[in-house]
Amino acid sequence: MKIMKVRQIENGTVIDHISAGKALYIAQLLHLVESSLFVIGSNLSSSKLGKKDLIKIENYILSEAEKHSIALISPTASFIQIQNYEVVSKEKSDIPDVIEYLIVCPNHNCITNTENMSSRFNIDTKTMTVRCAYCEKKYTVDDIKFKRLV
Amino acid sequence: MNNLISMRDLSKAEILHIVDVAEQIESGKIKVNISDKVAALLFFEPSTRTLFSFDTAVKRLGGKTLIMTGTGNTSVKKGETFADTLQTISQYVDIIIQRSPIEGAARYASEVVNIPVINAGDGANQHPTQALLDLYSIKKTQGTLENLKIGVVGDLKFGRTVHSLCQAMSEFNPEFYFASPSHLRMPGYILDDLDEKQIKWHEEREMDSFINDVDIMYVTRIQKERFADIEDYNKVKGSYVMRREILSGVKSNLKVLHPLPRVDEIHTDVDDTEYAYYFPQAKNGVYTRQAIISILLGEV
Ligand SMILES: [Zn+2]
Repeated sequence: MKIMKVRQIENGTVIDHISAGKALYIAQLLHLVESSLFVIGSNLSSSKLGKKDLIKIENYILSEAEKHSIALISPTASFIQIQNYEVVSKEKSDIPDVIEYLIVCPNHNCITNTENMSSRFNIDTKTMTVRCAYCEKKYTVDDIKFKRLV
Repeated sequence: MNNLISMRDLSKAEILHIVDVAEQIESGKIKVNISDKVAALLFFEPSTRTLFSFDTAVKRLGGKTLIMTGTGNTSVKKGETFADTLQTISQYVDIIIQRSPIEGAARYASEVVNIPVINAGDGANQHPTQALLDLYSIKKTQGTLENLKIGVVGDLKFGRTVHSLCQAMSEFNPEFYFASPSHLRMPGYILDDLDEKQIKWHEEREMDSFINDVDIMYVTRIQKERFADIEDYNKVKGSYVMRREILSGVKSNLKVLHPLPRVDEIHTDVDDTEYAYYFPQAKNGVYTRQAIISILLGEV
């Protein structure tokens, strides 16, 4: 197999250890296509995961909200901050118990979809399910959609 | 306890406290007077029975009611937000009792206002006072809530009432027997919850196979609209109708419950048996709601 050299970035963020196959979805979530210089590595070999995805984004710092969403999509993800080609910080993803605002409840009859208000979901990291604090419906992470994060 | 929104919020101790207060209100041991209090009954979805039950509960405690009915949140006039409507009404009254077709509306209301909110039903989600009056009825007729065998019959898929009942009874080590048409079976997530709590349950085709073993038979309506084909409805309908004959070998303590209104799932020939309990059950709803209102207003 040919090893693709992924371009070094000068300043920005590397999202590493993404579950294989999830990078494109994360890139969509962050609206990278519209606004950023970025590269995706897919199905790279990883000693930890077997296969992993990776995203490098030039001149981009992830917000806490973005990190939480990424963590939900891929709990194995880690975040690396780059300045002047140097790693300045490395951080494992962390899923909070409660996520406000970010998640759109798939239940059309839920108050969070009929009123101008923030959603709130309780996260069960053991089963990777989320429960709407309002309509109380439970969803897997694959069922939910995220609000546009900008 | 500041609000009553969902059975999920209640501990076993809180459930038992509500049942206990209901008992003491019924027996006259506790006398509550809320003649200086006003309750707003906001029914954004019609439900005459639930409205009457709450209205009676407030009035039997000496309180006054202010009633607003209408469909959906569209009744909220002139573009005023739901939150503003609630805020305004909460300035006039001491407690809000709300029914809405929108799921989560009661939780949201409780976050918007500074007075207690009671959920009188939010779409297909929760109807906690129904679950609590069912528990009160079970306690009253069986003397205990612990270790009972409970049969549940009818539309178990869409029946919010039976979902809440399962949730609420789970604290008391019951054994459940379910019977329903195959496409109206108890949803997987409810069964998963029961498994998680190590509650025994059985799924049977018909109620005949367990009626002689249970302490409570909880019957719910099977709606015609749930069937794509009227033929299918007519085929299964008969299997889930309770008639007097079926009660010949039941336990002497058996009580038949039904959230009402019934259509024909309990034949009227059951009504004058010692097992019929659905009308007293409706009366228990008033005591239970009196108890909940008294607790939330800090009167007991
Ligand atoms: Zn929801």
